[in-house]
Amino acid sequence: MELFTAIFSITYQFGDAFAFLVISCAGLAVIFGMMGVINLAHGEFIMCGAYVTAATARAGLALPVAILCGALAAAAIGMVLERTVMRHLYHRPMDSIIATWGISLIATQGVLILLGPTMQGVGTPLGSMALGDRSYSLYRLVLFAAAVGLLGGLYLLFYHTRFGVIARATIQRPAMARALGVDTRRIYGLTFGLGAGLAGLAGGLYAPTMTMVPTMGATFIVESFVTVVVGGADIFLGAAPAAAILAIIKASLTAWYGQLFGQIGLLVAVIVVIRIMPGGLSAVVKRWQR
Amino acid sequence: MRKSLNRTLLAALLAGTIMAGQPALAQDGPIKIGVLEDQSGDFAAATAVKVHAIELATKEINDAGGIDGRPIELVVYDTQSDNRRYQEFMRRVLQQDEVDVVFAGFSSASREAYRPIVNQFDGLAFYNNQYEGGVCDANMIVTGAVPEQQFSTLIPWMMETYGPNVYTLAADYNFGQISAEWVRQIVEENGGTMAGEEFIPLGVSQFSQTIQNIQQSEADFVVTLLVGAAQASYYEQANAADVGLPMASSVNVGQGYEHKRFTPPSLADMYVTTNYIEEIDSPASTDFVERFRAMFPDEPYINQEAANSYIGINLYKQMVERAGSTDHDAIRAVLAEGDVCFDGPSGNVCLDPKSQHMSHTIFLAKVEDDHSITFPETWENIEPYWLGDAGCDLTQNDPSAQYTPSSPPPAP
Repeated sequence: MELFTAIFSITYQFGDAFAFLVISCAGLAVIFGMMGVINLAHGEFIMCGAYVTAATARAGLALPVAILCGALAAAAIGMVLERTVMRHLYHRPMDSIIATWGISLIATQGVLILLGPTMQGVGTPLGSMALGDRSYSLYRLVLFAAAVGLLGGLYLLFYHTRFGVIARATIQRPAMARALGVDTRRIYGLTFGLGAGLAGLAGGLYAPTMTMVPTMGATFIVESFVTVVVGGADIFLGAAPAAAILAIIKASLTAWYGQLFGQIGLLVAVIVVIRIMPGGLSAVVKRWQR
Repeated sequence: MRKSLNRTLLAALLAGTIMAGQPALAQDGPIKIGVLEDQSGDFAAATAVKVHAIELATKEINDAGGIDGRPIELVVYDTQSDNRRYQEFMRRVLQQDEVDVVFAGFSSASREAYRPIVNQFDGLAFYNNQYEGGVCDANMIVTGAVPEQQFSTLIPWMMETYGPNVYTLAADYNFGQISAEWVRQIVEENGGTMAGEEFIPLGVSQFSQTIQNIQQSEADFVVTLLVGAAQASYYEQANAADVGLPMASSVNVGQGYEHKRFTPPSLADMYVTTNYIEEIDSPASTDFVERFRAMFPDEPYINQEAANSYIGINLYKQMVERAGSTDHDAIRAVLAEGDVCFDGPSGNVCLDPKSQHMSHTIFLAKVEDDHSITFPETWENIEPYWLGDAGCDLTQNDPSAQYTPSSPPPAP
């Protein structure tokens, strides 16, 4: 029994870290991996999802529906921004970094001006379960399940739907895709919207566990960039295994030496990875596949 | 000849009368107060209200004729919760705007960022925040509460009520580290033990591991010295994991009104020592809240920093009027007399000439399950004694240093 609770505790910590890394990086990985755009407004899409989720949940919607609203709202804003700003900046990576950074500043300050420095959140649902002398939040298990479900859903979307095939074709050979009659501009718009929606989903899922402030996206940004950098351009071959490895590093260092070393461990992992494999995990896996 | 002598005498007499009647003739312009507070960024929730408190005090004083007949003019900059902004704006208010006094700072990191600049230009700054204590600096006047006021009351009370095993959870920078040192020392002095101590980097928002550490530690209560919006996520997560331990804090509720912002019961059973919050039920407090809301009807919460800022302006007014000028040496001479006191929203407070810190009545606020506030205990007039007892005496010399229990001032 003692052994079982210890194993459960370790698994729980790993799952918690894994879920946070996967959920916070998915949107970033899609936009970067598929479009090559480094989206510095990622945290603000997360904040947007969280705010909409909290607002709709407080207005009386059930939490899962509210989270969906948060994701859809972020996706809609993402598609509008793609149409008005990002579309003109493809193949100009530096300019798109500046543009998305500007968007993030406008979003944080805009929300601060419109909605004030803080907003009342929603309570964490589902309560807790006890095991031995420790108790665990059940919602954290839901987050882990959501992370796994998210990866499965994205895999189905990109490898088993018509949109997925066209999207991958557009990314790999845009000229050829256009020649075959694919509306690549529309695909780019949809992909950006998907990435923003995933960020909104991250915000919605974590909204019940966090303080709602305009700068809340910033607490996701380090973890999500670290995961995408370690993972490389492909979300399945890169981001998912990267999240698993980083979750082990983070959970074990945090357990042994405390939160500070968990953070340091993540950053050291990035430095080591970009030094020995500049393309991230997915480049290595792809070379090995050939 | 005689006539002209008379006339000269008369002129001198007249001039003398005018001079005596208006001692501030040479400096008749407004008194300029620089205000550097975080109106945006990580700390905005707790600090935007400080600016409003300063505006309220300014309006009341100006409506009543100003300080010694001179109106107050505010020079306000938004420091955006960014320490570099503090340095930039502190230089600007002291050099360019030439303010007479500055009201500045929320986090201890920001205070330590601007303090060298205040010293460099020999300015005078009010720090109106509760903090980890220990700043012995003639250029600083501190109206916020310090550990001997907040912890020496809170920790023994908690140990008596809940038990001697204490777990400290603190933000990993000077405020958290030094405050945790205070807690450790007080726990050991009272015969308790530290069940654990953990420092959290600013910006960390996920606490599963920390929550398990606490559950394994057999602590009787948790001292939370978490700072900023991200770290505040701890309470919701601890509640969801059903930690169920009472909490003690010097920073929550009194600053960031977490009991209003968070969904009940995530802050239930939290005990906070504060020198002011708007729930305090006294005529002075009720009156203050009414005047405040008359000017700022949408104010989300009136916290202890708002009261301290309000008191700070009124203390400054009194010192300038007694000194007859805004000259810093003259003001410090008034301060050294030791009876600079004010009957404010939190009761009567006085500045201690040795440390230039303020005495406080300390209220123990308890957050109930529905997040309403009760006050199980009050301690009247706690002096900021530690610095003075330890050897800081600003009437004698000015070390411009910050001391901690483990590195106290050199023996006098």
